[in-house]
Amino acid sequence: MSNALGETEIEVPIETFPIHKEKDSSSQASKLPPHRIVLILIGLALVASAALFMRWDWLPQYGGLILQGLWRTIWILVVTVFLGFLLAVPLGLAQASGPAILAIPARAFCTVIRGTPLLVQLWLLYYGLGSLFPQYPWIRGSELWPYLRQAWPYAVLALTLSYAGYEGEVMRGAFAGVPKGQLESARAFGMPRFTIFRRIWLPQAIHRALPTLAGEAVLQLKSTPLVATITVVDLYSVASRVRQDTFLTYEPLLLLAAGYLVITGIIVMLFRRVERLIPSKLG
Amino acid sequence: MADASIIPAGITGIFDLLSPVAPGWGANLLRGLVRSLQIAFGAFGMGLIIGTFGAYGKLYGGPIVRDLAAIYTTLVRAVPELVMIILLYYAGTDLINRILEGLGYQRVDISGLVAGIVVLGFVQGAYATEVLRGAIKSIPQGEIEAARAYGMPPTLMMRRITLPAMLPHALPGLANLWLISTKDTALLAVVGFSELTLETRQAAGTTKAYMTFYLAAGALYLFITLFSSVILEWVEKRARRGMPSVKEAR
Amino acid sequence: MKSFLKTTVAAVVLVVAGLGAANAEQVKVGIAAEPYPPFTSPDASGKWQGWEIDITMAMCEAAKLDCVITPVSWDGIIPALTTKKIDIIASSMSITAEREKTIDFSDKYYNTPTMILGSKEEKMDATPEGLKGKILGVQVSTVHQAYAKKHFADTAAEIKEYQTQDEANQDLAAGRIDATQADGLALETFAATPEGKACCEIKGKVADDLEILGPGVGVGIRKGDTEMKDKFNAAIKEIRASGKYDEISKKYFTFDVYGG
Repeated sequence: MSNALGETEIEVPIETFPIHKEKDSSSQASKLPPHRIVLILIGLALVASAALFMRWDWLPQYGGLILQGLWRTIWILVVTVFLGFLLAVPLGLAQASGPAILAIPARAFCTVIRGTPLLVQLWLLYYGLGSLFPQYPWIRGSELWPYLRQAWPYAVLALTLSYAGYEGEVMRGAFAGVPKGQLESARAFGMPRFTIFRRIWLPQAIHRALPTLAGEAVLQLKSTPLVATITVVDLYSVASRVRQDTFLTYEPLLLLAAGYLVITGIIVMLFRRVERLIPSKLG
Repeated sequence: MADASIIPAGITGIFDLLSPVAPGWGANLLRGLVRSLQIAFGAFGMGLIIGTFGAYGKLYGGPIVRDLAAIYTTLVRAVPELVMIILLYYAGTDLINRILEGLGYQRVDISGLVAGIVVLGFVQGAYATEVLRGAIKSIPQGEIEAARAYGMPPTLMMRRITLPAMLPHALPGLANLWLISTKDTALLAVVGFSELTLETRQAAGTTKAYMTFYLAAGALYLFITLFSSVILEWVEKRARRGMPSVKEAR
Repeated sequence: MKSFLKTTVAAVVLVVAGLGAANAEQVKVGIAAEPYPPFTSPDASGKWQGWEIDITMAMCEAAKLDCVITPVSWDGIIPALTTKKIDIIASSMSITAEREKTIDFSDKYYNTPTMILGSKEEKMDATPEGLKGKILGVQVSTVHQAYAKKHFADTAAEIKEYQTQDEANQDLAAGRIDATQADGLALETFAATPEGKACCEIKGKVADDLEILGPGVGVGIRKGDTEMKDKFNAAIKEIRASGKYDEISKKYFTFDVYGG
């Protein structure tokens, strides 16, 4: 091939971070040794017997409600993880390098959130604040009233604060773990502080925290069922309704557990994809 | 007209409501706290035992044991605790009793306390397995190989070498598990077990002083957490004596 | 290793059995673990008191049974009965055909009308048209939930479901819901409290629906436990005849709650 000047361009394949693909066929066989095949077959048999022998006739009737509950669960999870992370970044930053006047309240916030059960926090926000409404009648006329009336804002608030409390701790470690030399040399180059934060500190901190964040997102998913106790109709709430209407014990709960397993699997896969996007050197 | 007066006249102040002496509700809350701690201790202990078996199974067991342990930890860590609690509490106790009846034994009446401990312990066991497995792997493996070369029986080796050496590495994870255990007891309120959170809910519902009681419950849990953290830090310092410090350079 | 495993399993089973072995003679009376005045409610010393507790203990005395009050979560009270965690349910559970598919009931021991309690500021009455556009709160797993789903679901703006009735009452006082449907006496008791007086008033009785609301409240008993059922039926007859029923009711109510 020649470019505009008539010189021949040599294609130099750039491969700085080789990703080793599994090409050895014998290792494929070793992934499915006989005992694993037997276990998989037993698993499939259990699932099949559950599908055949248990009562599933309630599924069509509640199908729409189940999908609604599933959507609510996923929506609450995504919103609270996003907002919680946004809140966690300043919390972590304040603790890692802020002045005492910011670091101490941030630390206190994280300690309180991590020291009390989420259920108590949830009920405190919903019923505790709710008990104050009759005493201040002007609240009902205010702009916020339509939101204060419903249950989901409290659920989102409580879950966001909870996630921020735990993530603040993780981000603190992540910010503190970025090699100080990079920040110092950026400063020596005269980079403005916010640019240093934007270009060097924050991306590296997020990269350090990414494996933990995946686990934390799964933990947040496991906290979402609690919102059913404050009348938010999520997946768990729908399963409870099925349990109460049909008096079945096993079937709705097994389906519920399976649903959460599937969502967990999707979350783990998504985070792995994101991790792969960022090239990293594995020693 | 029904006139079952629950709140005697004169109780309006916060400290009156919370007082440990009846008609204050403080005694109820403290009783609930004691039961919460009982379950937390029991669940943590049971989690440790299951975790030890699980960690050994994952590290030294045959392929089937390893896969079964992996299924156990993955399932329990992926399903929400609340769902696991409901599943194990209703379906699990039903299953156990059916098995016992099938084997010809009498139905065992599993008290709420035992059920709570078993349920939470089962969940804790999965996390403990991972913590202990990581801790055992961070022991210098040469020590274990030397013990084996000397012909030490496995139980003696576990008692004298593995467990003591793994303790400092396991402590941060186990400390975290203990804190999780104390907070997970709150979930038992949803199955109606009378621990601190349910007592708080009942007190708040009866007196309508929701803010007061939920803040009091939060304060009690926070106290337990802070107290535990102080003790655990001391334990970790003692366990790590002689080892390099892990404090982050600020 | 195998024998070690066997002994461990045996030890665990024995320990669990030993810890859980309760007095076989005791009858565990399941009640909902929530304040439900005037029927059951906890007091500051942890004891449960209320009209229903008194009546239940009187029935147990008449049937010569050693009863112990066992609070359970309301939405799990029927599974608790069928899995033998409790032996009877005495928690204002209405006798309905739906529930009779799973458990048995004794004869009724009271029957009070179902009412709607609503916010003072909203105009409404206890009919589907009267509740148009209103947010109605009910407790899960109750006949009121079933009734609201059947009659009010089309006209009411939303039907919110609460784990306990007093949480529904609380949200009504806070203004989050416009009305709640529950047992008339329980609602009247709440309406007589300071919070209740400030926020709400009884809007009326709902139209009767025998199939959903049932003929009254009975003691829930496991299917097939005919011995217990006969004992309690006899006990109910006895306390009605001997005047103990009226003696206890007079302490709480000025009218007869047995109902027609």
